Amino acid sequence: MIAKLTSSERQTAVVIVLLVAIAGIAMAAAGRNAPLGVHGLVVILFAGALLYSLLSAFYAPEPTEEREESYYDDPIKVGIVLAMAWALFGMFMGVWIAAQLAWPNLVFDAAWSTFGRLRPTHTTGVIFGFGGNALIATSFHVVQRTSRARLAGQISPWFVLFGFNLFCVLAVSGYLIGITQSKEYAEPEWYADLWLVVVWVTYFLLYIRTLARRKEPHIYVANWYFMAFILVVAILHIVNNLALPISWGSAKSYTIWPGVQDAMVQWWYGHNAVAFFLTAGFLGMLYYYLPVRAGRPIFSYRLSILSFWGITFFYMWAGSHHLHYTALPQWVQTLGMTFSVMLLVPSWASAGNALLTLNGAWHKVRDDATLRFMMAAAVFYGISTFEGSFLAIRPVNALSHYTDWTVGHVHAGALGWVALISFGSIYTLVPSLWKRERMYSPALIEWHFWLAIAGTLVYVFAMWNSGILQGLMWRTYTEEGSLAYSFLDTLVAMYPYYIARTLGGFLFFAGTAIGCYNIWMTIRLVPATVVSEADLPATRAAPAGE
Amino acid sequence: MAIEERDSVTGRETTGHEWNGIKELDTPIPRGVLMFLIVTHIWAIAWWFFVPAWPLGTTYTKGLLGVDQKTTVEAQIVAAREERAAITRRLESEPYDTILADEQLMTVVRGAGRQLFGDNCAACHGTDGRGRAGYPDLTDDDWLWGGGPELIEQTMRVGINSRHSDSRIAMMPAFGRDGMLEREQVRNVATYVYSLSNPDYSTEQNVATIEAGREVFAANCASCHGDNAAGNRDMGAPNLTDDRWVYGGDLQTIINSVHGGREGHMPTWDERLTTTDMRTLALYVHDLGRRQP
Repeated sequence: MIAKLTSSERQTAVVIVLLVAIAGIAMAAAGRNAPLGVHGLVVILFAGALLYSLLSAFYAPEPTEEREESYYDDPIKVGIVLAMAWALFGMFMGVWIAAQLAWPNLVFDAAWSTFGRLRPTHTTGVIFGFGGNALIATSFHVVQRTSRARLAGQISPWFVLFGFNLFCVLAVSGYLIGITQSKEYAEPEWYADLWLVVVWVTYFLLYIRTLARRKEPHIYVANWYFMAFILVVAILHIVNNLALPISWGSAKSYTIWPGVQDAMVQWWYGHNAVAFFLTAGFLGMLYYYLPVRAGRPIFSYRLSILSFWGITFFYMWAGSHHLHYTALPQWVQTLGMTFSVMLLVPSWASAGNALLTLNGAWHKVRDDATLRFMMAAAVFYGISTFEGSFLAIRPVNALSHYTDWTVGHVHAGALGWVALISFGSIYTLVPSLWKRERMYSPALIEWHFWLAIAGTLVYVFAMWNSGILQGLMWRTYTEEGSLAYSFLDTLVAMYPYYIARTLGGFLFFAGTAIGCYNIWMTIRLVPATVVSEADLPATRAAPAGE
Repeated sequence: MAIEERDSVTGRETTGHEWNGIKELDTPIPRGVLMFLIVTHIWAIAWWFFVPAWPLGTTYTKGLLGVDQKTTVEAQIVAAREERAAITRRLESEPYDTILADEQLMTVVRGAGRQLFGDNCAACHGTDGRGRAGYPDLTDDDWLWGGGPELIEQTMRVGINSRHSDSRIAMMPAFGRDGMLEREQVRNVATYVYSLSNPDYSTEQNVATIEAGREVFAANCASCHGDNAAGNRDMGAPNLTDDRWVYGGDLQTIINSVHGGREGHMPTWDERLTTTDMRTLALYVHDLGRRQP
């Protein structure tokens, strides 16, 4: 890793890490025994670990080869490993809190192990830890291959990757000691948010500079999606996290948004986090790894255009459907609902484009679990985007809102779409990245696939049943005009579904663990293969398509 | 640069672009997709005409239907109140005896009361009202502070050892822990109390202990629980001669109660429940005990 950096780049890296460490020392000094001080210590440790690995290879020989003649794959490898590690952590937390809902005694006698603190470690662990690292890694891979150019920076890819993971570590460790903004999917406090802005702007500049160096006349669809993901997430993150800390020595801050505006900004953020983090970015993955694995051209370039601009335009308006029948003015709710419905066809166009791309390759889908992961992901993407538009309709939302149906919907998307497309992409990527002939065990990929499918279906069906039952029980009246069920009655009715949900989550987690083992063994044991000429930047390989 | 080729599977031409082996077909957008796109847009635009939708500076388009979620829900609440007005008035104002005698009204009480009980009382007393250790059984028609809807309502209103200024207050001292009784005396009096509801326990070999306990009881416990240990509802002191126990009636639990004392807690429901809900619940709880003696 460090051997690929020149001596002056190593010095720059050391300076950056020292600056981070100084920030950590300042936080520790200002925060003292308060939570901010603890986080100062976390920053110091994180920077210290990086500094140690930098210094231990500081005087290693400088790279001799012409670096521009190869792709920059080291940060991608580390990103994939980090993504899988976060997947294990985040999904384990998910299984734990699912079990807590069924059996509330599964806590230690300590605040950190309560549901309220563990729940965001699950969501942050899987969305940002697993999803975020997978997105960063695959976007670095895709942009280089589809531009036939090396990443436009030697240190910045590492800065983006480790900076993002520092943010995730601050987030998760903060929840355990009680630091939160209480905004769903935006829980980390002001200093972590500021840090993420620095990291994310670096990511954006790196990506756009790499695209500017491309040797291809056109920008491939996958890059449109990755660019939309990076740009919009930056805007969302900054606007939703505008806040004032109560003092420089405190982790606590208050948002500048008052009342219902806070709710609206939060769900504009929350829904577009789903749209641009969990959808656009992963569509970028889909548009690259699925056609590569299937060996088929994209079904329709025109459909790609329709769905890209449909998704980027309509999603922006849809957030208010999270606030139906609240203090939010009704006209905002109407706009959220109608734009959610108009979003349906562009979303389905993406799923359809992916599935129709497989025409001529369905025999591969049958035989190759990696490709089947991506096919199933497209199907779940179609299902959950339909469900999303449907749930956004006000009268439907009156039944589904605040119930487990929402949880089921999110997991149909998160497990069925986001995780499956990531696993499909990672299984495609790992052998090519580590220059291995193949994955260690195709049978284990099959096992992973079926565990993931079974886990998702068990989870989603349990939550559909539980959510609709719950929603109906809340609105059932007796003949005499009083409510038929108390809240406790609904919990008793939920109990079997909560157990089923825990089982579904465990199956999914088990599949992920098998995947980690398979990737590990691939890196360790599968024989290496030679680099193909096609997998080199245009500076060295023969000009493409000329 | 762009060299279109024909894909052998679909017969379509490519766009001529290629990225690391990925090509794209120039397939037109399927007609069905366009139709579906138009249908969803027409549906959405129609909504904009009928309901509040677009902002106009300080106001917004009101829509042809003239609906507004606030007026809608207010109207629904008024309508629901009116529908229930006759019954609500009777539940609020009529004497408990009149309501108890009216089977139709009691059907309403049992329906609404069950849900109210579930949302307010069941967390401690259980959904069926049978309680558990530390939380009295409300179905046995045996009352610490007196039964009947009036007294039950009073208990709910002020709570027990609660923050309410008129709270019912009851505390059993920790006779053992605070050194008021010797270890031996605690055991004796507990044995005596145990024997009251377990006559079989008064055997030859226990009789001495029990008699010693009786003296301890008279000197320390009778002031609250009464000379005959039948309890005192004015002080919330339980009857110790029956087999109904708040904390448990086995010998060891009784020893624990005498040693460490007891101080139950019930929150005040004053100002948290409406008069109708309070009276409905009082009737419901009274009815629980009456129905399952």
